[in-house]
Amino acid sequence: MEAEITERLQGEALSWELKEGVVELALHRQPANEIGTLMLNELEMFIGALKCLEDQACALIIHSQLPAGFSAGADLRELYEKSRPLPAEERSRQVRLFLQRIHRVLNCIDASPLTTIAAVHGVTFGGGFELALTCDLIIADKMARFCFPELRLGLIPGFGGIPRLKRDLGNGIVRDLLLTGRSLNAQKAATVGLVSQLVGEGEALRVARATAAQLCKFDRRTAIAAKKFIKPIPLEELRREIDIFCELFAQPAVEEGLRRFVQNSTAQPYLP
Amino acid sequence: MRSSDQTLEEILALAATHFKVPREKLAPDDDFFQKLGIDSLQALELLTRLENHFHVELPDYELQGVSDFRTLADRIQARL
Repeated sequence: MEAEITERLQGEALSWELKEGVVELALHRQPANEIGTLMLNELEMFIGALKCLEDQACALIIHSQLPAGFSAGADLRELYEKSRPLPAEERSRQVRLFLQRIHRVLNCIDASPLTTIAAVHGVTFGGGFELALTCDLIIADKMARFCFPELRLGLIPGFGGIPRLKRDLGNGIVRDLLLTGRSLNAQKAATVGLVSQLVGEGEALRVARATAAQLCKFDRRTAIAAKKFIKPIPLEELRREIDIFCELFAQPAVEEGLRRFVQNSTAQPYLP
Repeated sequence: MRSSDQTLEEILALAATHFKVPREKLAPDDDFFQKLGIDSLQALELLTRLENHFHVELPDYELQGVSDFRTLADRIQARL
């Protein structure tokens, strides 16, 4: 029974399945895979299962089953509703606990001995972008867009985005994304080296599966050694990011920014 | 190089095709959120389709406050 639960799970926000040596983690929380408590709980279940899956698999593919995209990032509505009634100190404590939990999950995916592939399309924003950045490869369909909109709310990315983006790209493009809050299309993301394969609309998962099938031919121990050598986890910067985020979260401008987003009844909350 | 009128016409045709609205129902000064019935996520999809079609990069902050096809065409024309 336990083995069955490990190899396959259909959750409310996500599902996973082990098939022919490849684990596929599918996100499907409406409307756009926002990462809140539900998604985090199920990601933690996945991480619990991943330890067993790692013995039976060589690759992990993370993708979305929703048309809107890979993920719109943190669930800002939940964050606003849950934190608003709390006194400032408790609000900060709760946010830190949430961040520590999500960091544990993302660090596990980042450090997994499996070769990990994010197959992305559509909106890949904020925490969704940060989830993709934990993967070894990003395969993007040409309709994908990447963005760190956090500065619009008076925050920095809190799920490890800056240290991981810095690990992968030059500081100039990191500053551009972070400080302007603008979104990049997949073509540009491929040009700057963020996306390893740019594919046609609707093709990201198919290409990710073909890539996984190829890399499963390699000796696992060699692949694990190569990954360990080339992909250090920036743990100290990740810890500092949590501190800076919590410090900023205590500022009144953040509550105001969240309130504006949540109460925005126009069609434009995801635009600057 | 495309003229402004050509750019505008291509935007209208692309929007009509992808959001399944008859081309003749779209006019340059229409509010595209209302006319296409789209939200901000779909507006980002429109932006990506336009960037791919015209081979330009249009930062989304340049769309701040833009809701009609004509102004959208002006923004794209400035990048061609």
